[in-house]
Parts: sequence; structure tokens; C-alpha cells
Amino acid sequence: MAERKPVFQFAYRRSPDQDRREPVRHRVIIVGAGPVGLSLAIDLAQRGVAVLLLDDADRIGEGSRGICYAKRTLEIWDRLGVGAPMAEKGVTWRRGKVFQGSDLLYEFDLLPEGGHKRPAFINLQQYHVENLLVGRAASLPGVELRWRNKVTDVTDIAGGVELAIATPDGPYALRADWVIACDGANSTLRRRLGIAFAGETFADQFLIADVKMHADLPTERRFWFDPPFHEGRSALMHRQPEDVWRIDLQLGPKADAEREKAPERVRPRLAAMLGHDEFDLEWVSVYRFQCRRIESFFHGRVVFCGDSAHQLSPFGARGANSGVQDAENLAWKLALVLAKGAPQSLLASYDLERGQAADDNIRHSTRSTDFIAPHSAQEARLRDATLALARHADFAKRMVNSGRLSSASVYDTPLSTPDTERWQGGVPPGAAMQDAMLRRGGERLYLTEIVAPRFTLLYVQNGAIPFVPASVDIVQISATDRDPSVLHDEQGQFAARYDATPGSAYLLRPDGHVAARFRHASEAGIEAALSRACAKS
Amino acid sequence: MPLDTASRFADPDAAYRLIVDAHRGLADEESRRLDAALVLLLANQIGDLEVLREALALSREAIAPAKAKAEP
Repeated sequence: MAERKPVFQFAYRRSPDQDRREPVRHRVIIVGAGPVGLSLAIDLAQRGVAVLLLDDADRIGEGSRGICYAKRTLEIWDRLGVGAPMAEKGVTWRRGKVFQGSDLLYEFDLLPEGGHKRPAFINLQQYHVENLLVGRAASLPGVELRWRNKVTDVTDIAGGVELAIATPDGPYALRADWVIACDGANSTLRRRLGIAFAGETFADQFLIADVKMHADLPTERRFWFDPPFHEGRSALMHRQPEDVWRIDLQLGPKADAEREKAPERVRPRLAAMLGHDEFDLEWVSVYRFQCRRIESFFHGRVVFCGDSAHQLSPFGARGANSGVQDAENLAWKLALVLAKGAPQSLLASYDLERGQAADDNIRHSTRSTDFIAPHSAQEARLRDATLALARHADFAKRMVNSGRLSSASVYDTPLSTPDTERWQGGVPPGAAMQDAMLRRGGERLYLTEIVAPRFTLLYVQNGAIPFVPASVDIVQISATDRDPSVLHDEQGQFAARYDATPGSAYLLRPDGHVAARFRHASEAGIEAALSRACAKS
Repeated sequence: MPLDTASRFADPDAAYRLIVDAHRGLADEESRRLDAALVLLLANQIGDLEVLREALALSREAIAPAKAKAEP
């Protein structure tokens, strides 16, 4: 295989900071311009916090890497101004098929209902994702991106952090009030600070290959247990844009990674699967997966975000998707604390909420990986019995685990105001808002498009509008179309998804998670919930 | 048919995991003994010969094609 050229190349530029005798102090420095660091930089800049983003490389495109981006991630990227180009460039999917041998065991549909702006998933090469995010970040005056600025050391200083940075022009130092480590699973910051990264390493190795070919297959996730083309092991296949296909093949614990990466080994394996040899190899890698996390997302004024804080196996597409949710959870809190709109203790909820999410993701990711690659003869028997029973019994189908796909996190958090009234379902406090299609005049709109990344009260019209503080937007919804300035819940989707009746109100946090809900909202109730959501009470 | 093959756990993955975890750290022979004890306990919990008979028949049917296969 020929050496791949970088897909996108950026230029190192010398910064005036490098000529200063004393290290220049910035408010927020983000280390690592991957999907997480870039999303965070854009979010903070949009919230009025200027950020400096450092990356050790100056190019993007060493392999497709993360390819599956979930609905929740796309909704976050919509707020960051890049949802539309991501969705346009990506291929959308919502169905999955699980095969055993050559038989279809079952199919699933991740988003069977309508009324959502964004699909269950898109597949898009990570280099396209990063390039779109870089373009957006570069358009914002609040983001400065420095390529080939490699952080080599980190030191705690009074009320901040000092970073040692290597560049093509030699080293320099910077200081910051806050440093956010978005520098991935092999985080230099985490290592330099000597922070433990504990968890499980799985023995099995997996071959990951991207192939370019023309294929007339539906856009869906396909997973095989014990397929005829790769007996006794598993296989996974995903479509990407531009005729690129992702294939994962389980190799077992004893495989020789270097040997397995060689095209003369890879091509026959893929040809057996695809039934032909008419493809180009775009990228090949052999992995051993790990599930682990750091204990606390904070180390003084260094905050960990994304893979630097938690690493997952790829089954379930939880890596980048959880990292982007980390970024959005942190961004509004840090911006509010820096603007003195909330006490610094608000940040503790980032560690709590995203720690819960990390545990949940690790739990799912571990279960899936263990099902796909059993640890012992007993686990293999249990797994095979589940697969055998799945052909006869529905309960066993539900236990077949080829990956539980990433969905929006639900937080059990002190920022939420517990329900005191009766709700039949709906969106409980701590959960992320649900989308719904609404109408304003002749125009159809999605709720996720209307809600701005601020505190927002969704209010179902019933007489006078409740008074809300200036920091809260209000979005009025009505079951009727009498008032053309109010959103009309024409199809009843909002009422059904939110268990909403006239007078019902949902207070959303700036990240779109529900802070509180009321059958009949009062000024005092809203203020108390707002104060609680800002960790003021 | 009295045997209920619909999914009855709210979180089937958690139930599966509980069984996996019970076997962790056991030698294979110990695992087989654990399974045997578990079958008897669960059979008694069901307490219905007809259900047990159907469960046994379905199990035999399910493993039939895989019988010849070696373990990984």
C-alpha cells in the first residue's frame, strides 16, 4: 500500500507569543484539535469566551478513524453551525442487520418515528468532520488555532497552568487560567500529570480496513457472528461517503499485528468477504481495544474532555459521540462561570454528569466487546447459546449484543429539579430534549432549530405567559394555529413526546438537557429551578 | 404454549452480564458445575413441569446444528 498523502494540510505560523520573554497568559487553552477540541473551541467562542487551540500536527487525514456520528452529536453541531454540512457530506442510516453464519438473525431500526431534523446516524470520515470543524473555527474571531504546537509539559501555577510547547521554531511557554485536555487517549497532559487511566484491555485484536469500491448495498450497519467468509469470528461493515467502506474483522488474541496489516494478508480476507477483488485499500490498522477512564475529569485548572478522560471500544460508536457531549456539557458551564453568572462549583457537575456518562458508555462498550470476543470457553458457550436461541426466541435476540449504539446521556444531577407533579413519560429532568416538527405560519420548523443554546422555557400556551428572568428565552407552543406568532404543534408530536398539556413548561439548560418541568409554571418555580441549574442553590 | 420466550427483563444486557460475571474466575469444570446448579435452582423457581419440558425441548432444538462444532 502506498504512503497516504494527508487529506488536508494546514500551515504552522509563528505567533508573537513566541517572542515574549515572559509566558503570555490566556484565559482558556484547548490542547488537541480533534472533533472534541474543535467542538469545544467553537462552542466557547460562540459563548463569548476567546480560546487558543493548540495541535501537535498540521494535517488531517491519517485514515478515516471515527466514522459514525449520532443524532445527538449532529444536533450539537447544528448549534455550532456545522450540522448541515456534516449531514450533507455524510451518508445517513438508521437500520442495522445482525447475521449469524450466512443467515439474517434480526434487524433493528434506531429511529422508526418521524419528526426529527437529524437522522439516527451519519457516517463520515473523521478527516471530513475535522476539516468542517476547522473551517467553522477559523471563521470565528474568538478561536485562534496554532498548528505544530506540541505540548511537552504542564505545570500547576497559582490560579492556572503553565504549558511548555515545542514548535518548528523551538520551544516556548504559555500560561492559562484553564487548560482543557482534548488530546486523545494517549493524552500528553494526562501522562505528564501522572494521572492514572485504569480499566480493561481486551485480548482480541481487530483488523480495521477502509476499502474503496463501487457496491450496490443499502446504507445500514451490518454485523456478522461467525460468517462463512471469516469463520468463528465476527465482522462489521459500514458505508462511508465517496464509495469508501469500513470493514472490521476480529482476528483473535494471538494474531501478529504487523503481519496482518500487510496487503497480501488483508486483500484475500476482504476478497473472501466481498466476493470480489475489485477494491482499493484506503487504510488498514490492527487494534486491541480498551475501556478505561480517569477518576476525576479535573486536575486543578486542567480539565479532561473526550478520549483523554475515557477510552472505549468502537462497538456502539460511543467514543467521539461521548466526547462531543463532554464538550457541550463543559462549554456552557465554563462560559457561565467565567462570565461570573454562576459559582465555580457549577463545574463540579461536569465531572459528575460526564463521569456518569463515561461509566454508562464503558458498561455498554465492555458488555458488547465481551459478547463479540468471549473471555473463556464458558462465555463462548453462553454467547453461542444466546445466538442459537435467538433463532427461536425473542428474548435471546434482545440479548445478542453486537454493539449498543450511542444515544444522548441522561444525567442524575443536582442541577435538575425533581418532578413534583405527575408526568406520563415525556422528557424527564436530566434527559436531553427531544426533537419535534412544528409549524409557524406556512413554515415547518424543528424544535431543535428553534431552541438557542441558552436557558430556554418551552411553554404550552394557556393564558398569560409566565414571567421569566432575562437570561431565559421563551418558546411558546400551542395545540392550535390561532396565533401565527406561536409555534403550532400541528401533528401533536410535542404534546406526545413531552406529555405536554396546556400550561406545561420545560426549562432547558443551555446544552438542551431538561433542568425542570412544570404542569403550571410560576415565576418562583422557574427562578428556583434556574438557580439550581446554575449551582447557585 | 406456557413457556414465555418474549423478553422479560427491562435490561436484558444486565441479566446477561450477571451470568457472565458469576463465571468469571472459575475453571471450565467449575463453570459447568455452576451451570448445572443454576439450572436446578431456576427449574425449581419455575415449578411447572410443562414449562420445564418445553424449555428443555427448545434448548435441544437450539443447540442441534451447533453440536458438531468445536469450541473456539
